[in-house]
Amino acid sequence: MKELMIILFSAILVDNFVLSKFLGICSFLGVSKNLKTAMGMSGAVILVMLASTALTWPIQIWLLDPLGLGYLQTLVFILVIAALVQMIEMVMKKTMPPLYNALGIFLPLITTNCAVLGVAILNITKSYTFTDSMVNALGGGLGYTLSLFLFSGVRRKVDKADVPEALKGLPITLIAASLVAVSFFGFKGLVENLFR
Amino acid sequence: MKEDVSDKTYLNPDERLAEQKKKNAPLHVLLSGILFENPALVLVLGTCPLLAITTTAQNAFFMGLAVIFVQVGSEVIISFVRKIIPDKVRIPAFITVIAGFVTIVQMLVSAYLPALNESLGIYIPLIVVNCIVLARAEAYASKKTVISSFFDGLGMGIGYAVALFLMGAVREILGNGTFFGMGLPLFGTVIEPMMFFILPPGGFFVYGIWICLTQIFMKRLNRFLGKKAPEKPEIGGCEACGGCSGCGGSQGGTV
Repeated sequence: MKELMIILFSAILVDNFVLSKFLGICSFLGVSKNLKTAMGMSGAVILVMLASTALTWPIQIWLLDPLGLGYLQTLVFILVIAALVQMIEMVMKKTMPPLYNALGIFLPLITTNCAVLGVAILNITKSYTFTDSMVNALGGGLGYTLSLFLFSGVRRKVDKADVPEALKGLPITLIAASLVAVSFFGFKGLVENLFR
Repeated sequence: MKEDVSDKTYLNPDERLAEQKKKNAPLHVLLSGILFENPALVLVLGTCPLLAITTTAQNAFFMGLAVIFVQVGSEVIISFVRKIIPDKVRIPAFITVIAGFVTIVQMLVSAYLPALNESLGIYIPLIVVNCIVLARAEAYASKKTVISSFFDGLGMGIGYAVALFLMGAVREILGNGTFFGMGLPLFGTVIEPMMFFILPPGGFFVYGIWICLTQIFMKRLNRFLGKKAPEKPEIGGCEACGGCSGCGGSQGGTV
């Protein structure tokens, strides 16, 4: 249990997927303009991360490794994730229209979100067990949500701020992201000490 | 014609393509990839590895080579088979081709440069989901001849590699006081290394500054060439990653 808590909180706070591992930056910069879309995207990312981990971990451990096909990992994972996202979208459209309306439009964009493929590969390279992997995926998704939530607040202010002409737009947004990332350094060492 | 190219159409690959139709000369294609449409500094694509692995100039250099290889290889192959692939399954087909090239890189790196494999880590397999590669496959290679796709891939790859190298050099010199692992005069002794630049926040900061400098430079350059300056890259929705018009959207999505 202790290990699971460490994995969960490390993924959310210390090794935040967006601000410290730089996964999913495109969508981080893209959808953080508006809090509502940011939360929709986050919900979709959490869902797809959990589902893809639940699928890719068994494929790697029970199918690719015994057959000695470990080198096909990248190819298989990306195709599995692409197919999975399509399937979730279709199932959701038929069975859960309200949820589809909230998250649906974000789903197709997630296939090329590196955070999703990243978490699937990280689980294997860190040789996590299945439970560890699922917790890591949940933590990764929640960490993504947290950073998007915080950053969309920061951006509301930044977009209104009066900055030098050359810094307007993307440059100042990136510098703001840099400061948000600095704040996450406050969590260094927290997790190890909290659950000792 | 130039005057119609507003902000929105400038970001749209199809419009850009129409504008480019006349300018298919290899040199022009190559130069536009490296300079005018630099994928990292002007189009702002493929940001994840750009921020993550540029802690040293060496990492950035090898990552650049890997991206050039994948970009050129996948564009040439996709352009070669573009008439055989049915329209509906083109995105999965493109991804498969790209993933194939990435796997080749992974195997080569882990066989010949194991130390590099350690430091680049998961960012090598993540080239698969790099927006630039898929975006160019969709917007360029799937419509153009093999030869112009080759030059487009080369230009885009080199443009991305240059951006990686600029990031890596600045971060290593300021953050560690070295360049390609070698000591430098002044840096490291008189000017103390600033850890900030090696750490993740430094990545965002240096990238922001480089984009800012690029915008100033492009403005000057365009004035010098007597062109109308293109609009600033606008970040909004997933359009920020031009690939999405091709990848996510056309996969049956509603965006």
